[in-house]
This record gives sequence, C-alpha cells and structure tokens, in this order.
Amino acid sequence: MENSINERRVISVIVLNESSVLARITALFAGRGYNIESLTVAPIPESDMSHITIATNGSAKVMEQITKQLHKLIPVYKVIEHEEMVEKEMVLAKFPITEHLSDVGALCAAYNGGIVNVGKEMIIAMVADEPNRIKHFIEAAQRYNPSEIVRGGVVAIER
Amino acid sequence: MQMSGAQMVCEAIIAEGVTTVFGYPGGAIMHVYDEIYKQNGFEHILNRHEQASVHAADGYARATGDVGVAMVTSGPGFTNAVTGLATAYMDSIPLVVISGQVPSQLIGTDGFQEIDAVGISRPCTKHNFLVRSLEELPRLMKEAFYIARSGRPGPVLIDVPKDITVDIGEFIYPDSVDIPTYKPTYKGNKRQIEKAVEAMKDAKKPLLYIGGGVVLSNASDLVRELAQKTQIPAVETLMARGVLGAKNPLLLGMLGMHGNYASNMAMSETDLVISLGARFDDRVTGKLSEFAKYADIIHVDIDAANIGKLVDVDYPIVGDITEVVEAMLPQLDGIDTDRFEAWRNILNRYDELHPQSFVDSDDVIKPQWAIERIGELVGENAIITSDVGQHQMWAAQHYPFDRPRQWINSGGLGTMGFGFPAALGAKKAFPEKTVINVTGDGSILMNMQELVTAAEYKIPVINLILNNHFLGMVRQWQTFFYEKRYSETDLSFQPNWKALAEACGGIGYDVTTKEEFDAAIKDAIEQDKVCFMNVAVNRFEDVLPMVPSGGALFNMMLPQKVEGK
Ligand SMILES: Cc1ncc(C[n+]2csc(CCOP(=O)(O)OP(=O)(O)O)c2C)c(N)n1
Ligand SMILES: [Mg+2]
Repeated sequence: MENSINERRVISVIVLNESSVLARITALFAGRGYNIESLTVAPIPESDMSHITIATNGSAKVMEQITKQLHKLIPVYKVIEHEEMVEKEMVLAKFPITEHLSDVGALCAAYNGGIVNVGKEMIIAMVADEPNRIKHFIEAAQRYNPSEIVRGGVVAIER
Repeated sequence: MQMSGAQMVCEAIIAEGVTTVFGYPGGAIMHVYDEIYKQNGFEHILNRHEQASVHAADGYARATGDVGVAMVTSGPGFTNAVTGLATAYMDSIPLVVISGQVPSQLIGTDGFQEIDAVGISRPCTKHNFLVRSLEELPRLMKEAFYIARSGRPGPVLIDVPKDITVDIGEFIYPDSVDIPTYKPTYKGNKRQIEKAVEAMKDAKKPLLYIGGGVVLSNASDLVRELAQKTQIPAVETLMARGVLGAKNPLLLGMLGMHGNYASNMAMSETDLVISLGARFDDRVTGKLSEFAKYADIIHVDIDAANIGKLVDVDYPIVGDITEVVEAMLPQLDGIDTDRFEAWRNILNRYDELHPQSFVDSDDVIKPQWAIERIGELVGENAIITSDVGQHQMWAAQHYPFDRPRQWINSGGLGTMGFGFPAALGAKKAFPEKTVINVTGDGSILMNMQELVTAAEYKIPVINLILNNHFLGMVRQWQTFFYEKRYSETDLSFQPNWKALAEACGGIGYDVTTKEEFDAAIKDAIEQDKVCFMNVAVNRFEDVLPMVPSGGALFNMMLPQKVEGK
C-alpha cells in the first residue's frame, strides 16, 4: 500500500450530545485497533452538539478508515481531518514553593503561561501551547522539581 | 391517546406494518407481553431460545426485505440474542430487537438480570438505544425502524427499562424521522458515474463483481439489465447467489475460497472490476496483493467506509446500487458488446476445462448430488436456507438459484445454528413456498429446540441434514492442513434423528439411497409438517475448488475430472 508510514493526525468530531456518544467513539477506536493519543471533549456553546478533538496516528489508509468509520456512527455530525490548523494543549504543573518563583514564572511565560495559584507549600502554573512545545516545557520544568503535571489533551481549530 | 409504554411498543410495531414478531418473555419485558396478549395487530411466535428468535426475525427480513422484529427480556434473554444481532450486523440485515431492561432506578446497581445491553451490543448493531423516558419512546421506536432499513441496513437494539413500560403518557407516533447527523447517500456522484461508464466502454476484459448489496437494494432486475445490455460476464459472491439467475449465460458462478475455476480466473485476469455492493471480504479475495492484479476497480457501495478499505479503488461511487445502475444504464446505449467477445470466449473455455463438477457414486449419496436433486425437484419454487459448513458451500455451488432472496445464509459471521430458525422466519413470510434448510449434523443441533416451535405453530420447514458424521468443514481443513489429526470433529456418536424429530412433534426420515431421497422429499412436501431428513452422505467428501486461506485466487485445489464431461 502506498503511504504506509504512520503520521500523527488531529481530527475534530462534531457529535450530538447523547449520553453514550463518547463510549461509541472510544469503542470504535478500541474495537478496530486505532490509536488514541489524546482526546478532549466539550459542549459547543448554544447548540445540542459537542466538539471532540482526537489526536491519533496511523497510515493514510488507516486515517481514511477512521474518518469514514466515525462518520458512520449515527450521532456523528461531522468529521474534520485537520490539515491547516491551530493546535493548542494546556498543562497544569505544581511546584514546591521553595523553588525560585521568578525562574518558574519566566519559564511559564516563555510558553504562553504563568503562575495561576500560590498556596502555602505549592505553586500552580498553567501553560497553553503547541503540543511539541508543551513537551519541551515539561522537560524544562523538571529542573524545578514539579510534584505533579496534568496535561489537558489537544484542541485544534482549522485555519 | 393515553397509554402505557408497553402499549406504545406494540402500537409502534403495528404502525410499522409488522405482522409477525419472534420472541421470548421474562421479568423485565412482562408488561409488553401483557399488551401482546391483549392486542391482535400482530402475531407473536414463541421460539424456544432467544437466539432463534433473532435468527427467525432475520430470516423473515432476508426473505421479504422488510424489517424483522424480535423481542427478548433483560440479562440472559438479551445475551442469548447477541449472536443473532451479530449475524444480522455482519450481513447488513434490517432488524429491530426490543429488549427489556431492569427499572431505570436499578440501572447500574447490578440488579437481578441487569446487563449493559447497549454496551455489549454496540459493536454488533448499526445503532442502539437505551430508552431514558416515556416521552422519547415513540420517537426512538420510529428512529429504530428508520435506521434499520435506511442506508446500509442493519440491526437496531432498543433497550426499554421496565418502569418505562408501566408509565402512562400520550402516544403520538411520528410520521417522519429527522436525525440531523444521519443522512445516507443514495445518489451516486454524477461525474464519477460518467467516468465509470467510460471505463466500462474502454475495457477489454471487464467483470461484474456482484455482492449482497444488490440483494439488499432490490436491484437484481437492474443488474440483470446491466449485464444483458453490456454483455459483460459476471461473478457472484456467496451473498449474491440468485441475483443473475443460474440460467444466465453471462454468469460464471461464485468466486472466492470455494468459487469455481472460471470465476476465480476471471477475477485474476480482468482489466476492470465493476463491484456492485460487494465488500472484498477475505474469503472472496484470497491474497489481496494478487487479487484483480491487472484491473482498475469501480466500486459502488452505499457505505463509504467499504470503499478503499481493502483495495485501492479507481472509481469510487458512494450510493445505492439501484440509483447508480439506473443512472448508468442510459449512458451505456450503443456500447460495443462484441468488444468483450474474445474475453467471454476465454472464460467459457475455462469453464469447460474445469466445470463445477463432482464424481457421483452409486453406492453412497454424494452431498452435491443431493443439492442438485432438490434443485431439480423443487427448484425455483423453494427458499433455501443453510447453516454453516461444507453443506452451505455445496448448496451455494450447486443449487440453481433463480432469484434474489431465494438463498438465505449467514455469510459474514458464519453462524452455525442460523439455518433452522431463519427457515421458520422465511416460511412465515412465504407460507406457500417450500422452505428447505440445508444443514449438517453439527449445525442442526445448535438450534434443534426449534422443532418444538415449528411443530406448535405448524411451520413446516424441511431440515435436510447432509450427514457426514463430522464437523465436516473443520475436518476438511484438518485433512489438508493438520495432517489428518481429526481433533474433536468426529461426530460418530449421533442422536436418533427420526426419534428426535418425532419426540418434538415433527417427522423424521432416514435416507441412504437416491430412491429414498426422492421419496422423502416428496413425502415431506405433502405432509406439511416440520421434519428432519437425515441423509447419509459420503463422509470424506471435500468442498472443491478450494483456495487455501491466504493464497492467491488462481491457486485452486481442483476437483477430480469427471469422464465424459
Ligand atoms: C457457532 C459456530 N461454532 C463453530 C463454528 C466453526 N465451524 C465452521 S463449519 C463447522 C462444522 C460444521 O459441521 P456441520 O454442521 O456438520 O457441517 P458440515 O461441514 O459437516 O457440512 C464448524 C465447527 C461456526 N462456524 N459457528
Ligand atoms: Mg457434518
């Protein structure tokens, strides 16, 4: 098959807000052996639909099948395979207050974020950036002994 | 009108024009059964196992093209029905299966006979619903029928909690359905159709590859017209037997693992595959890289996901076969049919070289003989269902199917135990037709309790047991690929078939000679009672030709040549 190289892809799935719609989508991926790298979901304002963003990977042929199989699900309204997109991911990280706060703050600022909460023993920082930059941020943050890091999964919008 | 949820279920079934429902009661669905007792809009058949209820509804649907309906209770009633759902799903058969569920407030508590029916059936239904409130029940019933029969058909499960069947509310059955996220494509793309037609005119060795979608779309007459007009030779899949009719000179036969020589060679040498409602199943294609290696491919399918799934397609057309072929026909006016004559001649020579033949015997009944014989005795008038195994393949190869929906079998899932209950469904739909389930000594036992159903409701179907005292198809693979180690396939221990049938209110025949065979068929048709016809056949007969699993279609194990043929 031509183009059997695996590539990373982000797809948006617009679905009817039904109780089992997310289960249908994840079951489809599991049942047909497709990968999910990340998945986010939230209702679309002022509608009865939700927007699901899935980061996945596979060959061109697999991507085509994923799109078509998703489309076959009755509550799926639209499937968008992103080509030209703006893609962002959010991450929250917790650092001991004993670390250099200004250094942590500068690091977060470099990745579109900042310190969002300061407690007695911990500070919480938030950044939102492209997924590969998020990866860099997490690497760089290791220096400041984070006690917890939570990634949000990507959201994307076509340009 | 004010009524209970249970009554709404019945009213919806009646509003959909359903006249027969197959099912089995139990706690969670009892309110609905209470309403069934009170109504006379449809007949309910009590099968003796829920799997059989779903297969019977399936047989009904395959014979008629209408939606089949089955009803089961929660928990084990539902789990018994799962094989039936999966069978229908794999062959795209329109069904609505209604299951009872524990009361809403008990869902999630591991209540008695609670099981996650929508969870379990998700991968083997086209769609499913758990009804959340009485208000949505009429709409969901309407949507269930609509989804089952529209687009690429399939089974739909509607799971109804018991409390909702008790609640009383206003029943307004919707006239129409509007699901904004579900709009099947029926019309093929005009430009793509034009291009496909041009390719047909330019081809030298085109081949019509006809699948079960043609049956589902009720497009057989149009496809016959297409073949006639273009004089393009054709092959049928297991699911499409009967579409062109056995007498059609353009029909080469069935292709695939047990396809005939000419069909498989045609697919190997064609330069243009015109695929109509077929899905390139691995049992059809053999080794994919060798499949139709020299051909461009036109693929017409109502399900876009089928197109390009397994083979690369040059002319993809998403649409209903009926609409697409209708659009193609006028564009093919004046097509040069002589152009394909050399190709037809080659294929005819292939067929003369290796016809679909078998070596008959005077000492023992050959299963292929039995199939050809019923073809001669009941032929066009019969509906043939089958179970799964060698007998199924012999039926598909040797019966002279003349029309679509005459041949009913589980192709995609290959479900042993399908044939008998499916025959009950077909016979309910067409009481005037002779209905024969071609089965094996293994398969028939998987739903033999239906003898009781058939006897009680006087549904006289003939179970033709081609008895080889083996799980024959598995035995055949053991012979070829496992050095004859017959692990757990020897069925030498047998029931007394005649006594078994009689114990349940049917008739039994033990048949060992051709004379007895004819006499038994004649008697069975006259008696008009369900029967087991136990036909002793050659134990070690193999289904041939055979393409070993994963091999190229043109590498066939062929039957012995018959002298004088
Ligand atoms: C429910 C189920 N279990 C197992 C199989 C695997 N299987 C396929 S054919 C076959 C043998 C069928 O034996 P029989 O009904 O006697 O038919 P024969 O091949 O002998 O004609 C088996 C076990 C199946 N298809 N379905
Ligand atoms: Mg057998």
